[in-house]
Amino acid sequence: MPNEFLRIEALAKTYPGAGEAVFDGVDFEIRRGEFVCIVGHSGCGKTTILNVLAGLEQASAGHVFMDGREVAGPSLDRGVVFQGHALMPWLTVRRNVAFAVRSRWPEWSAKQVDAHVEEFVRLVGLEHAIDKKPQALSGGMKQRVGIARAFAIQPKMLLLDEPFGALDALTRGTIQDELLRICAQTHQTVFMITHDVDEAILLADRILLMSNGPRARVAEIVVNTMPRDRQRATLHHDPAYYRIRNHLVDFLVSRSKDLSHGRAPATPVEVSP
Amino acid sequence: MAVPLKLRAALLSVLLLAVFVGAWQLATRPVASASGPALTPEQIEYQKMLGKDPGGASGTSSGFPTPAQFATTAIGHLARPFYDNGPNDKGIGLQLAYSLGRVGLGFGLAVLVAVPLGFLIGMSPLVHRALDPFIQVLKPISPLAWMPIALYTIKDSSVSGIFVIFICSVWPMLINTAFGVSGVRREWLNVARTLEVKPQRLAFEVILPAAAPTILTGMRISMGIAWLVIVAAEMLVGGTGIGYFVWNEWNNLSLTNVMFAITVIGLVGMGLDQLFARAQKAVTYAE
Repeated sequence: MPNEFLRIEALAKTYPGAGEAVFDGVDFEIRRGEFVCIVGHSGCGKTTILNVLAGLEQASAGHVFMDGREVAGPSLDRGVVFQGHALMPWLTVRRNVAFAVRSRWPEWSAKQVDAHVEEFVRLVGLEHAIDKKPQALSGGMKQRVGIARAFAIQPKMLLLDEPFGALDALTRGTIQDELLRICAQTHQTVFMITHDVDEAILLADRILLMSNGPRARVAEIVVNTMPRDRQRATLHHDPAYYRIRNHLVDFLVSRSKDLSHGRAPATPVEVSP
Repeated sequence: MAVPLKLRAALLSVLLLAVFVGAWQLATRPVASASGPALTPEQIEYQKMLGKDPGGASGTSSGFPTPAQFATTAIGHLARPFYDNGPNDKGIGLQLAYSLGRVGLGFGLAVLVAVPLGFLIGMSPLVHRALDPFIQVLKPISPLAWMPIALYTIKDSSVSGIFVIFICSVWPMLINTAFGVSGVRREWLNVARTLEVKPQRLAFEVILPAAAPTILTGMRISMGIAWLVIVAAEMLVGGTGIGYFVWNEWNNLSLTNVMFAITVIGLVGMGLDQLFARAQKAVTYAE
């Protein structure tokens, strides 16, 4: 595989007391600079996979390698944007981001930290709210701070756990655009969970489709055949958009449940609709 | 009406106070002597020996101080709060200082023990389960019940008082700290983990601020209990302090002084509570 960066091998998770694994035999890889979305019904273990990649949870079986080294425990190399923004409510935006920056570069002076914080807060367009506490911010602004915090430590890889799930459609659109812009600027490798098919088509280079649990798997990998400079405003004018969208929706609505209990192929099929 | 609620409440408070003082004045006013037969000198003397004042024909007083007497005493005390005329005659300010010193020491020691131990209990389910039975048994024991053991082992009545304050302050703080620490949101801990935050920084920069409102609540409860207990403890061990003052004035049959002391105890208790309320407000965060 050219430029392979992250490799997941035969990953499985069984919770104690449960007979069947939530997922097993999950295999895929992510290339450097690639944006990958994972889509699937609730309960197929998407968040668990992300947590294993983050090092926050242990898999029951299988391995994760990043840059040729096995992932064991959390690391500053992988930034995480959590589902709930997970900002510390007693700290201002500035100090929330600074908390992460100081963790990454403990030897930095206060001035260096502050300059770095301001740069990344500006990146998400929140310089006017930098000294506010999270309670004074809207949901979308909070999530932006979460993104700024994750980008600020300049991780090798970014993990996003359905970051826009709780936002209204308009806000969601703006932040998606911002995320696209920042990723294009920084050539960030991203792994993101989403429930939103349109979001996946807009953001992802490849979309992993998970079958239903128990014993869920990555059943298919859909390559986004649209050009990388796609725009939210013009996306739906491209005929490829509907082909991809229909494929994804068909999978989620009718095929994913027939592939539960390990009936999905051992190696995911790659399709380019 | 455009009068703000705060002002209306204050007005009502003042009114209630006036009603209370008025009732007090009425209840303690000298009453004309009853229509019964005049007492012989022997009977008067007998009454006086019983602690009653038959006042003769001029009218009887109930023996309970009137508001005016109370005010005179209060002004007298407030004019000279720090005099020291030997063990049984010290200014009210001095007595308060003794009590506050004991409470401060006992409470401070309790903070030093309860907060770190509470952290440990909150972070380790093993320690929590292991210590829980002891805490559950020790917590409901009246702090004054420890007094004999304290007096026997420590042998110093003043230090025993501090110990009693310590033992009564420790439990609410311990339990609240443990509760606050164990309740820190998982996602904040996960953020810290993904940032590879060192344990010491995690404790001081994430867990402590996250649990601070709960810890402060525990401290506020502890301080309230400590102030209740110090009066009783000092009545028991004697020597100095506001509690001893109350007991001593009861022995002197000076109800006015007792009442003044009670008022002061209430006001100081309120002040202490306000102090902690303010600290609590300072560390509380909105989510």
